[in-house]
Amino acid sequence: MSEVVTTHEVLRLQGLRKSYNIGLPTEAEVLHGVDFSLTRHDFAALVGPSGSGKSTLLNLLGLLDTPTAGELYLQGQATRNLDDEARTALRGRTIGFVFQFHHLIQAFTALENVMMPLLVAHGRPDADALARGRALLDAVGLSGCEDRKPSELSGGQQQRVAIARALVTRPALLLADEPTGNLDTKTAGGVFELFRRFNREYDCAVLIVTHDPRLSEACDRTLTLVDGQIVGDVNHPRNGR
Amino acid sequence: MWIETTIALKFLREGRTQTTLILVGIGVGVAVIVFVTALIVGLQQNIIGRTLGTQAHVRVLPPDELNHVQAPPVGVVQLLLEDKRPQRLRSINNWQAVRDVLDQLPGVKAVSPVISGPAFARRGGTNLSVALVGVDPSRYLKVIPVADDVVSGVFRVGAGDAVIGKLLAEDLGLRVGDKLRLQTGPGRITVVNVAGIFELGVRELDQRYVYLDHKQAESLLELPGGITVIDVTVKDIFAATDLATRIAGLTGLKAESWMQTNAQLVNALASQSMSTRMISFFVGLSVAFGIASVLSISIVQRTREIGILRAMGTRRSQMLRVFLVQGALLGLAGSALGALAGWGLVWVFNAFGPGLFYIPVSPLLVPAAMALATLTGIVSAAVPARRAARLDPVVAIRHV
Repeated sequence: MSEVVTTHEVLRLQGLRKSYNIGLPTEAEVLHGVDFSLTRHDFAALVGPSGSGKSTLLNLLGLLDTPTAGELYLQGQATRNLDDEARTALRGRTIGFVFQFHHLIQAFTALENVMMPLLVAHGRPDADALARGRALLDAVGLSGCEDRKPSELSGGQQQRVAIARALVTRPALLLADEPTGNLDTKTAGGVFELFRRFNREYDCAVLIVTHDPRLSEACDRTLTLVDGQIVGDVNHPRNGR
Repeated sequence: MWIETTIALKFLREGRTQTTLILVGIGVGVAVIVFVTALIVGLQQNIIGRTLGTQAHVRVLPPDELNHVQAPPVGVVQLLLEDKRPQRLRSINNWQAVRDVLDQLPGVKAVSPVISGPAFARRGGTNLSVALVGVDPSRYLKVIPVADDVVSGVFRVGAGDAVIGKLLAEDLGLRVGDKLRLQTGPGRITVVNVAGIFELGVRELDQRYVYLDHKQAESLLELPGGITVIDVTVKDIFAATDLATRIAGLTGLKAESWMQTNAQLVNALASQSMSTRMISFFVGLSVAFGIASVLSISIVQRTREIGILRAMGTRRSQMLRVFLVQGALLGLAGSALGALAGWGLVWVFNAFGPGLFYIPVSPLLVPAAMALATLTGIVSAAVPARRAARLDPVVAIRHV
C-alpha cells in the first residue's frame, strides 16, 4: 500500500466479525467478516434493512464495542486489543458522533455541550476551546444561542448543536446514526448540507447510517449491509466533489 | 478534577428536587448527631464537674490494718476464725516525703495533705455529728475550690477560725462570727469562731464539714503532726485510675481514684457515651443509604447522558469521580446545614431549655461532623459511582 493512500485512509476494516452471547446456546454472529475502508474525503452512507447489523457495525466503528474477530484500523492504528482507557482516549480524539436523538447533556448550555469533548479531555476551557465552540455554533447557524439550555432549543437546533459538538475535536471520522431521522424534510436538508460542508472544509470522513434512500443517494458512496455482510459498495459520481 | 466537579454540580443543580430532599435528610441526620453529641458531652462534663468539684481525683490513704497471723508449723492444718480489725484513725507515715514525691509526679496538678476525723458540734443543747477537716488552704483550695462557694464570710482557718457548711450553720443557728464548740472525745473540747459559711450543693458536705487548720485538727483528733489522707488533683481526669495505681506502687499506700469510688457513675457515663455513638452510627448509616439511593436513581435517570459522555471520550475513572464528587458535595452541604441546625438547637436549649446545665459546643464538633459527613458521602457514593463507570456506553446510549 502506498504512503499517499495510508495518510488519507482514516478507517480500514479487515474481516471484522461480531458475535453476541459467546459460549451460550443463544450465541449468534451478527457481522460475518466486514471489509471496507474510508478516506478523509469519503462521504458515505451505510444502508441496510433492520437487523442487518448496522448498529452493531456502527458501535464497532465508534470504538464503543470490540469485535470478536478481525481488525479495525483507525488512522492506521490497530484497535482490537486496546484497553478501555486507550479506546476511550482514541475515541475522544478521532471520532465524532451524531445520534438520531441528539443526546445533549440537559444541564449544560449549548456552548458547553459543544465544548464538552474538549472539556472532558483537557478540563477548564481555554480561549482556543471557547473560540472553537463559538465558531462551530456560528457555522451551524446558532450564533446567539450559546447560553441556551437544550430544552430551550428546537429539535433541529439541538441536532445542529450535536453536530457542532461532534466536530469540535476536529475528528478524522464523523459517525452519524439516522441524524435526520426525527427531523422534518427542510431541517433535515439543512443538517445534511452541514455534513457536506464539514466533509469538505475539515477533511473529515463522514459515514451516515440511514434508512432514508434519498439521504443515501445524496452521498458520494453507499455501502449496503445485508445479514452482516457488505453486499454493495457504490459510488455516485454525480454527487462527487 | 475541574470537569468532574462541574458536571457533578450541574447534575445536582438540575435534579433540584432530589438534591433538596436529600440535603434536608442529611441535614436532619447531622443536626441530630451534633445536638445529641453536644448534649451528652455537656451533660457528662456537667456531672463530672459537679462530682469532682467536691472531691479529689485521687485520695491517698494509709494502708488498711490487717491481722498478722503466725504461719502454722509445716504439716499442721490451722482453722482460723478471725475478726477483721477495726480501722483506727491513723496518720500516713512520713507524709511529708510522700507529699514531695507526689508534687514531682508527672500528671499531678495539686497535692493537699488533709487530716480529717469525726467530732460533735455543739451549741446550746444541740449535738450534731460532723467531720473535721484540717487543711492547708494554699494547697487545699487547688484541689477543691471551696473558697468559690463561700456564701457568707471568708474562707479562713487557723487561729481558732473555722469554716462550716450552710446546712450545719442552719441546724445550729450559726452566723459568721458566732462561736461553735467542737468535741472529739471526753475532755477534748475546743471553741472555734465561724469565719465563713460555704455551700457546695452536696447535702452530705454542707451538713457535716467543718474546716479547720492542720494544727487545731491534729490536736482535736489526737494525731499530732499527722495527716490522714492526701488529696490529689490530676491533669487528665480519666487517667486518674492509672495514676492511683502508680501512686500506690510508689508509696505503698492505698490510693483510690474518683473513678473507683464513683464506679457506678463512670459506668453510667460509659453507657451513655456508647448509646450516643450507637445513635450517631445508625443515623449516619441511614444518611449514607439515603445518599446512595438518591445517586442510584440519578444514575438510572442519566444513563443516556452517561453513555453520551463516555462516547465523547469521558474515561471510566472520570465518570466514577463525577458521582463520588456528588456524594462528597451532598455530604458537605448537607452537614453544613445540619451542623448549623444542630448548633441552633443547642443555642435554643441553652437559652430556653430547662436550664439545668449549659451545653458548651466544642469548636471541633462542627468541622468534625462535616468532615465525617463528606467522607460518608464519598463512601456511600462508591457503589452507585462504580455502576455509572461500568455502564456499557453502547447500552447506555440506547437507554430510553
